Amino acid sequence: MGKNWRPRADLATIRLRAELLDNIRSFMKEEGVLEVETPILSPASIPDPNIHSLQTSLSEKTSKRYLGTSPEFYMKRLLAAGSGPIFQISRVFRDDATSRLHQPEFSMLEWYMPGYDHHNLMQQLSTLLISIGLSKPVKLSYEAAFVSELGLNPHTADVSELRELASKKGLYEAPAERSVLLEFLFSHTVSKKLGNEQAVLLVEYPVCQAALARISSDEMPTAERFELFISGIEIANGFHELTDANEQRDRFVMENTRRESMNLAQVPVDDNFLAALESGIPACAGVAVGLDRLLMILANKNRIEDLMTFPVELA
Amino acid sequence: MASYSTSEFKNGLKLMIDGDPFAIVENDIVKPGKGQAFNRVKLRNLKNGRVIERTFKSGDNVEAADVMDVELQYLYTDGDMWHFMDTSSYDQVAADEKAMSDSAQWLKGEEMCEVTLWNGQPLTVSAPNFVTLQITETDPGVRGDTASGGSKPATLETGATVKVPLFVEQDEIIKIDTRTAEYVSRAKD
Repeated sequence: MGKNWRPRADLATIRLRAELLDNIRSFMKEEGVLEVETPILSPASIPDPNIHSLQTSLSEKTSKRYLGTSPEFYMKRLLAAGSGPIFQISRVFRDDATSRLHQPEFSMLEWYMPGYDHHNLMQQLSTLLISIGLSKPVKLSYEAAFVSELGLNPHTADVSELRELASKKGLYEAPAERSVLLEFLFSHTVSKKLGNEQAVLLVEYPVCQAALARISSDEMPTAERFELFISGIEIANGFHELTDANEQRDRFVMENTRRESMNLAQVPVDDNFLAALESGIPACAGVAVGLDRLLMILANKNRIEDLMTFPVELA
Repeated sequence: MASYSTSEFKNGLKLMIDGDPFAIVENDIVKPGKGQAFNRVKLRNLKNGRVIERTFKSGDNVEAADVMDVELQYLYTDGDMWHFMDTSSYDQVAADEKAMSDSAQWLKGEEMCEVTLWNGQPLTVSAPNFVTLQITETDPGVRGDTASGGSKPATLETGATVKVPLFVEQDEIIKIDTRTAEYVSRAKD
């Protein structure tokens, strides 16, 4: 018999996780944010071709179910139904290769604040970080981070300039898609330098990196999205949420078209979620925090599986 | 043309990059929460051994290199080329000096060698890890001196030179580790 039955995380780490969950729940109670639970099994999922859902099926309904990659759509249905501020701590699932920062299932804290914009929410996130013993993060624009590392302006540089730089940094057959080039340069060079001395809230994303964020009406429009980086690790991703049902439907259709061109299976669009948007959800900001990665920082550990009782290799 | 998707990447997989055959030595996934995932890969150039780093968009396909490792028997050299044979099909291939590199000095004939073929032609040849060869020339032995740890050069029947302990005599047969080019022991008869 081997020793594979033993947990990966030590007892101190298991206690640290329990303490973190306690602290988050106390904080949310203070802030008047309601804890909710939503399904893990869903008949629809997110069509984003970069997110790979796991699937199972129900014998009773003889129908396919997707394991949640995020509780976002259900939580927005609750917001549309008038829930007010809500949070959830849930297990989420992504069919991706494991690495230092990735496991196929992990814990996510997600919360939504009606009436907040992304700046209000960053303020609240900072207060939460301080309450669990971390230092206050500083805001830094995507542009400033990009320029100081690469000397190019991510909003105004030509695709050809970005492409040349990406090739120089080792991207094989660099494509002419602005979003892919920015994602490569950002994830391989810029992000590594973020939050090494002090936690960073990265703001003012290029429009092509908007995901589910609103676009600002500034002279130079940017996406109203933020990410928290500590020690070069992406910990949280927040948005001043897109609430336009038509825009959301268009993005879903576009993503399924991209899936088709990449030979990926189509993903059923979540009509209940779109119906909730149509009925109207309050203007709000929302953020998702990777709790296992946050624990990496708190416990000063280098690999995500060190924070898990039974990572996928031992499950 | 055969190709591999990035989802099939694993150590040892052989790919064509910029016209040269490479083997994957390390494959890391870089995946932002939203947006494109990438495979950051370290690859060894099979022609010169140099390691490079390249990043691939996850989901892309990359041309496979027609490279395989086979066990072939060394037959002889004609001075320019070294000839090998597949002992089951009796097919023969010839390796040039570049493919032989340091391996040629250990071969006298009939050894089974690991040969890396690219498009059917030898790219590299590895001598067996251990070979036994006869010493053709060395200074007279110091009888009984098995403890002092001194060494002297010895020329082998293939022409290679190795350092041997002082007590080893000319005409003796010794065992060599070809990876380090070091004397291991006297060969047992």
